[in-house]
Amino acid sequence: MENAQKSIRTDEMIKKIPVRLLKNKLYKGLFFFAAVFTFVLLVVLLARIFSQGAAHLSWDFLQNFASRRPEQAGIKAAVIGTLWMMAVVVPVSLLLGVGTAIYLEEYAKQNRITRLIQMNISNLAGVPSVVFGLLGLTIFVRVLFLGNSVLAAGLTMSLLILPVIIVASQEAVRAVPKELREASYGLGATKWQTILRVVLPSALAGILTGSILAFSRAIGETAPLVVIGIPAFVAFLPKSVFDPFTALPMQIYNWTSRPQEEFHFLAAAGIIVLLVILILMNSVAVWIRNRYEKKY
Amino acid sequence: MKTNDKQNSPLKSLLEKKYKSGFLGRGEKVIPILLFLMAAVSVMTTAGIVITLIVETFTFFKEISLTEFLTAKEWYPFSESAASYGILPLFVGTLKITLIASLTAVPIGLAVAIYLSEYAPETVRKLMKPVLEVLAGVPTIVYGFFALTFVTPMLRTMFPSLEMFNAISPGIVVGMMIIPMIVSLSEDALSSVPDSMRHGALALGATKWEMTWRVAFPAALSGITASIVLAISRAIGETMIVSIAGGSTPTASLDLTASLQTMTSYIVQVSTGDAGFGTTIYYSIYAVGFTLFLFTLAMNMLAQRISRRFREEY
Amino acid sequence: MALVAFKKQPDKTSKQPSVERRSVYTTKDCNLWYGNHHALKNINLDMKEREVTAIIGPSGCGKSTYIKTLNRMVDLVPNVKTSGVIEYRGRNIFNKEFHVEELRTRVGMVFQKPNPFPKSIFENIAFGLRIHGIKNKKIIHETVEKSLRQAAIWDEVKDRIHEPAYGLSGGQQQRLCIARCLALEPDVLLMDEPTSALDPVSTLKVEELIRDLKEKYSIIIVTHNMQQASRISDKTAFFLNGEVVEYDDTYTIFNNPADNRTEDYITGRFG
Repeated sequence: MENAQKSIRTDEMIKKIPVRLLKNKLYKGLFFFAAVFTFVLLVVLLARIFSQGAAHLSWDFLQNFASRRPEQAGIKAAVIGTLWMMAVVVPVSLLLGVGTAIYLEEYAKQNRITRLIQMNISNLAGVPSVVFGLLGLTIFVRVLFLGNSVLAAGLTMSLLILPVIIVASQEAVRAVPKELREASYGLGATKWQTILRVVLPSALAGILTGSILAFSRAIGETAPLVVIGIPAFVAFLPKSVFDPFTALPMQIYNWTSRPQEEFHFLAAAGIIVLLVILILMNSVAVWIRNRYEKKY
Repeated sequence: MKTNDKQNSPLKSLLEKKYKSGFLGRGEKVIPILLFLMAAVSVMTTAGIVITLIVETFTFFKEISLTEFLTAKEWYPFSESAASYGILPLFVGTLKITLIASLTAVPIGLAVAIYLSEYAPETVRKLMKPVLEVLAGVPTIVYGFFALTFVTPMLRTMFPSLEMFNAISPGIVVGMMIIPMIVSLSEDALSSVPDSMRHGALALGATKWEMTWRVAFPAALSGITASIVLAISRAIGETMIVSIAGGSTPTASLDLTASLQTMTSYIVQVSTGDAGFGTTIYYSIYAVGFTLFLFTLAMNMLAQRISRRFREEY
Repeated sequence: MALVAFKKQPDKTSKQPSVERRSVYTTKDCNLWYGNHHALKNINLDMKEREVTAIIGPSGCGKSTYIKTLNRMVDLVPNVKTSGVIEYRGRNIFNKEFHVEELRTRVGMVFQKPNPFPKSIFENIAFGLRIHGIKNKKIIHETVEKSLRQAAIWDEVKDRIHEPAYGLSGGQQQRLCIARCLALEPDVLLMDEPTSALDPVSTLKVEELIRDLKEKYSIIIVTHNMQQASRISDKTAFFLNGEVVEYDDTYTIFNNPADNRTEDYITGRFG
């Protein structure tokens, strides 16, 4: 009797399986479509920019300064300016970021101050870049009288990407096996010697990978530059970090916001240059990651 | 034996001298302090942001009352005679963009996350990872250019009544920009659901979809929610896309087809304009920036709260 | 026939089968590879209904792989290849028309580590019914209670049935997982070392439960614990290096094994 009752229910359940499988297939198709859609978005984005900008890419474009006449305009000042800015960003953010990471991972005691610093870092990472621009405008441009110089922009960008570098470096330092440290202590090395000669070299690949990604963010970031008043129309190169300058995204923004279509093509060409730089940096990061990833 | 030799080696005595002179000890004491100062920079940055915003906002509120800022319905800072500083239009503008961006990014982002974590074969996953990384790495200025020169014209051929500057195009493109964030954080949340739970469901005859919908998704829900909140916070703070493709008309109207202004794009408009230092307009960007900061901070703290609860579950 | 078997349960060491039992699982020349690793080699086994069949052997011998093949959970491992035939009630489980969802509805599985869902006790049990489209609240309630009773855990949880299943002890969680399978009234229960993560008292409770359950269900249990196999099973298969060395009545395997390797393993000379 029980058997009879049971088999009816099981059979009913079995009968519904094809419908359930169909539902599963539909959802799977939908999710797959979303993935394809995302992929297509990227392809369209890149294809569109290359098709618009490729014709304007030339040696002259890289060699010329900005100009009111689109056919003569170039991005020399912007590219060189971006390099100048990064010459500030890279040492400042690396030093502060790695230093903070080492402090937090190696020295800090588990107390309220440490927790405050840690919480502060994760909140800082979520502050919109335009707000960092306001900070830079007040502190660096006005209070420290740096004006719209390479240094003001570089310091603002350094603070913007600092949380990213700290978190990446913390992870890299944390991944260094305990045994390595213990071996070093066992030889009588002091804590700082151990950090400098054992921990940092082993964590270097991870630190660099994360930092390069942060640097590429600094290169592409526009809003803080706009807010601290970096000009877009510059026909000279900075001679020191105290000189005014322009940067790639500023130049692209300037061209994009002009109504004439010729300037849009220039913007696209500028974007290609920007993207090529970013892709090169990312490739280096991936290369470092793949090369050193499976060390332990 | 050898150890005895070493005991008396010149190297050893040299080391001992160095220790006695405090050569090694001094550095060991100074370095933690130096590193602590570096760590303090990040705290000082936050303090700097907060103090800057508060001080300059305070200056702004000396001229414009907080009541006007919060209750006035219009934002006309550039009017000589009848300037009005009511945040509402900028808030509505931000809200419209954020809403469209979320409506674009949340369904697509979650679908991709579920596809990658539950369905996709290894090859597809390997292909999609760099795609998402590149999408996440594209600077927002590039997205802004794409919105203005591609998405807007395309939408306008479909809907001729759409204005050149509108909420839909930048909204969709901001959505595009936050998709990678939702995907990667939600996928992390899904993949931290133990496989043993999936196996339990599958062994009861569940299809993959039933397993995902009834077990994996609910188990990852707080992580997924946190990812959405974070992404929305990014959309609120997004500046360049909106500045380029959204226009600069502060309006409290809910019309999505017309030019608008967000909190962020107002800051950009003033920064690129020629409002001098010390004017009310100059200080107004700090008041707007402070409002923006408070919103994003609240969202980020909410996300952290949610994801902390999530971590406690397993 | 069911009633006869129900009343006349043979003693576990009894050598004469009381009734003729039909086969639930017939394995013919089954091979399985994980990539290049040949994990199951020419398995031939015939398992009868309403018996407890134990699968023993040292770790890595393929016993866990084999039981996971029986409900095709092994499909989830990437790069798995199989050959041969496994018949469940006369139907080849590798046949494309035999959906794994149907197979797994008819054949329940209990895992090594208890794996309740992060839901309430009630929802854990109701899960199987819900996915199979049963919406009738009364049926769901009745089934949840019945399953929990069958799994001998009802008295312990009846007052907190809507509380999270994670609040239960390991042993209770495992019996909950058994109840979760029973809710679908399966034909066979596959148990993959169900007590290996449990303390001795919980283990004893699960073993008692298995003895009760075999009146209604066919049970196939993988265990690394030979005492357990001898206590609860009717038939025992000894696996070694992916092969079945010996398959016979449990009594014979433990008292008079035909193969030297079985004897060596039983007496603890290896493994």
